[in-house]
Amino acid sequence: MITGTDTVAALEDVRRTYLMGSNEVHALDGVSFDIERGQYWSIMGASGSGKSTLLNLMGCLDRPTTGTYWLAGRDTGSLDDDDLSDLRSTHLGFIFQSYNLIPQLDVLENILVPIYYQDEPAPDAEDRARALADRMGLSDRLDHRPPELSGGQQQRVAISRALVNDPDLILADEATGNLDTQTATEILDLFDELSAEGKTIVFVTHEAHVAERASHILRMRDGRIEEVKVQR
Amino acid sequence: MTATRVFTRSLRAGVRSLALHKLRSLLTTLGVLFGTSSVISMLAIGEGASYEAQEQIKQLGSQNVILRSVKPPDSPNDTNQTSRVVNYGLTRMDRERVEDTFVGIEKVVAVREIQQEVRVKNRSANPRVLATEPAYIDVTGRMVWEGRFITEEDDRSLNNVCVLSTELARYYFPLESAVGKRVKIGPDYFDVVGTVAPRMRAADDPAPAGEEVTGELFVPYQTAMRWFGEIQVKMRAGSRDMEQVELHEIIARVGRGEDVPMVAAAARTMLERFHDKRDHDLIVPLELLARAEETKRIFNIVLGSIAGISLLVGGIGIMNVMLATVTERTREIGIRRALGAKRRHIVSQFLVECVLLSVGGGALGVGLGLAIPLLVEEFADMRTIVTPAAPMIAFGISAGVGVIFGLYPAWRAAEMDPVEALRHE
Ligand SMILES: Nc1ncnc2c1ncn2[C@@H]1O[C@H](COP(=O)(O)OP(=O)(O)O)[C@@H](O)[C@H]1O
Ligand SMILES: [Mg+2]
Repeated sequence: MITGTDTVAALEDVRRTYLMGSNEVHALDGVSFDIERGQYWSIMGASGSGKSTLLNLMGCLDRPTTGTYWLAGRDTGSLDDDDLSDLRSTHLGFIFQSYNLIPQLDVLENILVPIYYQDEPAPDAEDRARALADRMGLSDRLDHRPPELSGGQQQRVAISRALVNDPDLILADEATGNLDTQTATEILDLFDELSAEGKTIVFVTHEAHVAERASHILRMRDGRIEEVKVQR
Repeated sequence: MTATRVFTRSLRAGVRSLALHKLRSLLTTLGVLFGTSSVISMLAIGEGASYEAQEQIKQLGSQNVILRSVKPPDSPNDTNQTSRVVNYGLTRMDRERVEDTFVGIEKVVAVREIQQEVRVKNRSANPRVLATEPAYIDVTGRMVWEGRFITEEDDRSLNNVCVLSTELARYYFPLESAVGKRVKIGPDYFDVVGTVAPRMRAADDPAPAGEEVTGELFVPYQTAMRWFGEIQVKMRAGSRDMEQVELHEIIARVGRGEDVPMVAAAARTMLERFHDKRDHDLIVPLELLARAEETKRIFNIVLGSIAGISLLVGGIGIMNVMLATVTERTREIGIRRALGAKRRHIVSQFLVECVLLSVGGGALGVGLGLAIPLLVEEFADMRTIVTPAAPMIAFGISAGVGVIFGLYPAWRAAEMDPVEALRHE
C-alpha cells in the first residue's frame, strides 16, 4: 500500500466480524481509507453502522478480523498487546462521550494518566499538563475531583488528557453527546481550534451540524463506507 | 518513569483506593491480623517453653536424676485423727540401693529438710534447713560464695556448723559477713562456715510459703540427725502435723549423659518395687526438656493451625474483596487500558492494593502478636520470648498472603478486554 509521507492512519480492507451464536455480524465489512496529518474527520452513520467498532480499531483497543491498519507508520497487525499499549500512551488521544475520568484522581492526575503509562515520559510532561489545564480554564480546579466539576469542565479535563502526550491522532466518540447546546458549541469550537493548530482528529457524531465542521465526512452504513465527502 | 516514582505513585494510588472504603478495608484485614498475631504468639510461647526448660536443666543439672519425697494425698493415717505420726517418703535404704545397684552413677547425695526456727539475736525466721552431704555442692553445681561448704570431717565429727545461702546471710547479717558468726537452729547454736550463691527458682518448685525470707541453710547430715531426730513437727492452721520422713531428696549424678534414661528407668523400677504408696516423685531434667519440646510442639500445632487457617481465610477474604473491587472498577480498568496501561500496570495496581491490605493486617497483627505473649505471661504463668525474627517472619508471611491471593483478581483485571471494560456501566 502506498501512503503519503504524512499519513497518520491507514486502513486497508479492514473487516471486523463478531460471532453471535452461529451468526456472523460484520460490524466492519471491508473499510479502506487514509487519514493525513492535520485532517479533521467526522464519522457519521446510523446506530449499529459500525462507527464505534471503527474507532476502537483505530484506537488500537481492538484488532481487525482481516485487513491491515497502519498507525504512525507501523503495521499494527504485527504488534503485541504491550506495543499497542505503547501506541495508545504515546500516539493516541481518546475523548469519550461520558468523559471517563477516574473519580479518585484529581484533575491534574487525570490529565497525567497517559504520561504515567509511558516508558520514557517527557521531563516537562507535568508543565504541559498544567499549561493545557490553564488553556482549558481549569487552572483553579487542579486539585478537584471529577465529581465536583460540571460536565463541560469534565470534558475539558478529558480533552487536556487527550492532548497531554501530543498525540498523532485524537479520537472522539460522540464527545458532545452529554453536553447542553451552549457547552457543546464551546467544545466544538475548541476542536476547531485544535484542528487549526494542525491536530489530526477523528470525531464520531450523528449530528449533521457537528459533522459540517470537519474537513472530511465519512458516512457509514452496515459496516461499509457509504460516502466520503471532502469539505476543504 | 523511574522505578521509585512508579512505586511511590502506585503506593499512593493504592492507599487512596483503599481509603475510599475504610471499613471494608479494615474488615478485610482481620484474617491476616489474627494469622500474623498467632504466628508471633506461637513462636514466643515455643521459645519461652524451651528457654524455661533449658534454665531448669541448668539448675537441676542435666546429668542428675532427682528422687523426691511427696506426701501421699490420701495417707490412711490421716483418718486416725489423733496425733499419730505420718510416715512416708524416701529412706536411707533407697539411698543405699541407688548408690550400690545403679549402673553409671557417679555420686549420690541425700537431703533432709528440717523444720526448725532459725534465729540470730532478735531476728527469727523459718527458712529451709537442709541436712545434706558434702557432695551436694558438686552435684547441684552451686557456687561457694564465701568460706567453705560442709566437709566429710564436719559430718564425721558431728560438727555444729552451717552454710547459708547469700540471701539468707544478708537477712541475718545485713551489715557484715556471716562467716564466723553463730546462728541458733531450734535450740542449738551453729557456726557459720560459708555462704553459697542463691538458687534460681524453678517453675515447679514450691513457692516460698508466704515467708519474708527465701534461701536455704545447710547443715551436715549426721549433725542434723543427732540434734533434730527423725520426726518433724509441722504447724499448720492451728493443728500439729507430725511427719516422719527419712530423706526428702536423693540426687543421683550420672557419669555420662547417655546413661540418664537408663538410670531414670532403674529409679522408677526401684521406687515402684519398694514403695507401695505414691510418696515419691522422680525428676529427670532431661525429660523436662523433652516435655518442654512436647509443649512447644503442641503449641506449634495449635497456634500454627490457627495461624494457617486465619491466613487462609484472610487471604480468601482479601481475594473476595478484590474480585468485587475489580468488577466494581471495570470501567476504570478500561479507561486506564485505553490511555496506555499495559497488562502489568493493571496487575501491579491491584496487587499493590492486596499487599497493602495484607501488610496492613500484618502490621496490626504484629501489634496484637506482641501483646498476646504479655497476656500469656500475666495470666497463664508461662514464659514467652519474642525474638526479633518473629515479627519479621510474620510480616513477611502477611505480605506473601497479599501477593498470593491478589494474583488471581489482578490477573482477572488485566485480562479484561478494554473495549468491553469501557462499555461497562
Ligand atoms: N462485542 C460485540 N459483539 C457482537 N456484536 C457487536 C459487538 N460490538 C458491536 N457489535 C455489533 O456490530 C455492529 C456495529 O456496532 P457499533 O460499531 O457499536 O455501531 P455504532 O457505534 O455505529 O452504533 C452492530 O450490529 C453491533 O451489534
Ligand atoms: Mg457507537
